[in-house]
Amino acid sequence: MEVFVQQLINGVTLGSIYGLIAIGYTMVFGILGMVNFAHGDVFMVSAFIALIAFLILTSWIGAGLIALALVVVLIVAMAMTALLNWAIERVAYRPLRGSFRLAPLISAIGMSIFLMNFVQVAQGPRNKSIPPLFSEVIVLFTVDGYDVTVSYKQIAIWLTTGVLLLAFWYLVSKTALGRAQRACEQDQKMAALVGINVDRTISITFVIAAALAAVAGTMYLVHYGVVSFADGFTPGVKAFTAAVLGGIGSLPGAVIGGLAIGLIETLWSAYFSSDYKDVAAFSILIVVMIFLPQGLLGRPEVEKV
Amino acid sequence: MAAEANNVASRSSLLLALRAAARTALIAFGLLLPLIAFRAVHDIRNELVLETRWPLFAAFVAIAFAGRLLWELLPRESLKIRLAAFARAPGQLLSAAAACLVLANVLRLAAKSLADTDAAIALAFTYLFAFATFAFVIGAVGAWVIRRYPAGTETGRQRRHQIGVGLRTGALGFLLVYPLMLFWLAGSQGSIKWIDNFGIQILIYVMLGWGLNIVVGLAGLLDLGYVAFYAVGAYSYALLAKSFGLSFWILLPLAGILAAFWGVLLGFPVLRLRGDYLAIVTLAFGEIIRLVLINWVDLTNGYAGISGVPRPSFFGIPFTDGPDGFAARFGLEFNAIYRTMFLYYVILVLALITAYVTMRLRRLPIGRAWEALREDEIACRALGINTTTTKLSAFAIGAMFGGFAGSFFAARQGFVSPESFTFMESAVIVAIVVLGGMGSQIGVAAAAIVIIGGTELMRELDVLKAIFGRDFDPTQYRMLLFGLAMVVIMIWKPRGLISTRTPSVFLKERKAVSGAHVREGHG
Repeated sequence: MEVFVQQLINGVTLGSIYGLIAIGYTMVFGILGMVNFAHGDVFMVSAFIALIAFLILTSWIGAGLIALALVVVLIVAMAMTALLNWAIERVAYRPLRGSFRLAPLISAIGMSIFLMNFVQVAQGPRNKSIPPLFSEVIVLFTVDGYDVTVSYKQIAIWLTTGVLLLAFWYLVSKTALGRAQRACEQDQKMAALVGINVDRTISITFVIAAALAAVAGTMYLVHYGVVSFADGFTPGVKAFTAAVLGGIGSLPGAVIGGLAIGLIETLWSAYFSSDYKDVAAFSILIVVMIFLPQGLLGRPEVEKV
Repeated sequence: MAAEANNVASRSSLLLALRAAARTALIAFGLLLPLIAFRAVHDIRNELVLETRWPLFAAFVAIAFAGRLLWELLPRESLKIRLAAFARAPGQLLSAAAACLVLANVLRLAAKSLADTDAAIALAFTYLFAFATFAFVIGAVGAWVIRRYPAGTETGRQRRHQIGVGLRTGALGFLLVYPLMLFWLAGSQGSIKWIDNFGIQILIYVMLGWGLNIVVGLAGLLDLGYVAFYAVGAYSYALLAKSFGLSFWILLPLAGILAAFWGVLLGFPVLRLRGDYLAIVTLAFGEIIRLVLINWVDLTNGYAGISGVPRPSFFGIPFTDGPDGFAARFGLEFNAIYRTMFLYYVILVLALITAYVTMRLRRLPIGRAWEALREDEIACRALGINTTTTKLSAFAIGAMFGGFAGSFFAARQGFVSPESFTFMESAVIVAIVVLGGMGSQIGVAAAAIVIIGGTELMRELDVLKAIFGRDFDPTQYRMLLFGLAMVVIMIWKPRGLISTRTPSVFLKERKAVSGAHVREGHG
């Protein structure tokens, strides 16, 4: 029981990170109908940006005021990553609208490979580790000498995710921008006819997706304290699995899917074998794709001639 | 009056160009600031510290500025027309070739009198101009043929066809004599590297490219986990040969069958998926295979891999130094190169079989069904094509060739480990197919030669080391360039470098169709 509760806490933390990345996949898929394969690597780049920003700040202001430094790091990472994703959309995806179906995907794969290797060349292939932050824990309860704990950084991750999701939900459902986005999802040509700037809306979608990925990247860095150039691939595929599980195109679905994948992964590691935790996640992807392709909350895809 | 207006127009266009360039530079500044200007490195106490690289960063931003400015100011349309005219004029191409030849020689002579680093740079340009000479001569011959035998006339078509057949025969002949020629030219020591790294290595990728081409190019199913079948083939050979002592020639077909079986196994669940979903599921499948290979230590020995995999024999005669060895049996002096040569011919034959089978399959109903499936799945179903068997057969046959290549790989290396079967390997094979032109056999082969040969060549060139410093490793940049090339090709020539389609079935005469007229995947 106590192990289960502890794993639940860990799983929700991991799931928050996956959920934030999954929103990026699901939004882009919703509006463009493409799998943004490079999104996992955008997440990885954001973690690196956060790392660099963190190192600059700590060398300036010293080790005090870490919390303030992290807020600044988060904002810097969000801005820089947003710029990156904006540029990627502009260069690699926009010219391909109206090309054949696989073209944007292949371009995205190319972008993913490029980003991964760019970081490897620019920052070196070694794992980068920072000293642990906020690792003080609160003991929730103790059973037979086993402490069930939650750390400050886990609480910080939950809070950030919660607040951001609320803000994001407001943005999509209550503002003009959100309406424009949903209109473009339904019919780009019609949206353009009623005066929506489709290109701009798509750009903003990529910017938002990147900003959320940057939040996930910063939290990933704080949580694990280590990042390497190859860290975009597996979390990327898992977040995509989360998006598919929740129903691609559905925002609450992405969050639920992310939490589910995070929980499944931690519980699998705790009760079966941590060696095969990635196999479990990838198998879920395959199983969901085959038996539940519309996901938990998604609409079934209708084939049109 | 007119001149003045012209002046104003050009001044404002210059201003606009400057503004655009400044914007690009600003974006480049923002993009590159964190990752280029700073570098996080571990110091002696293993703590992360920052290094700054301002000159490099400034150079990148300056390049972005200058590049955008040039792009804005160059008269692109007229340049394009002029270039097209240039490429069609054999005389001009020949003179360009001559100029390049002269330049190459001048630089070669200059390199002799220069200091170390400068000499290396001069030598690099010598290679470049020598290559350009070669390219211009080929271009000139091509332009001459096009001009001399226009496609519109009957004789022209016949001649072009003859030239095509001649070229293919010539290429095949070259491939057949390639190792012998090298052996004769460079001796056994000098030639072994060239046969191994440039011959065998490239041919493995040509074969993998052709195998994947069946799935991606013909059936239009983007498979990002192709390397899984390569792994199945390699591990089947390694495990069965070590455990049961079976020979290469028995295990080669067996490995192919096993890989095909796995292809069907993967094919079944993904039948209902299309396009990008299918791509991601195949990727997940490939990763699962690799993770199982890593974690099932009892069977596969995990990360450490399986070493001491038996090498292939010459139909039962081993390539060893002894009375029963190949050299002794055939009355030759023992030499390691015989094995390499033999392996070269084995992979050459395997690759040619792949190409031949694919070519024949395209003419069969199943091949035509593949291509129809690629163009429009719904129309296929409406016409009564069984999409299940069509997709499964594409997966199975593509996987089979991957399995053949895998077992050959294991036999050639004598060692297999999961590291050879990462997603990046799949990505390289996909890149070969995409860059070469999906569905084009020649294009895929050319892309494999350029990509794999280019990588090996970069390893060989000391010039790059001389320019960029001792610890410069050009192979680091390989995947970086591939990724970029995939994006650029999709934007510039989405059908790949060889983008014309020659129909498999035709009425009266065969006409090449430009890829631009084929809209696929809109089903």
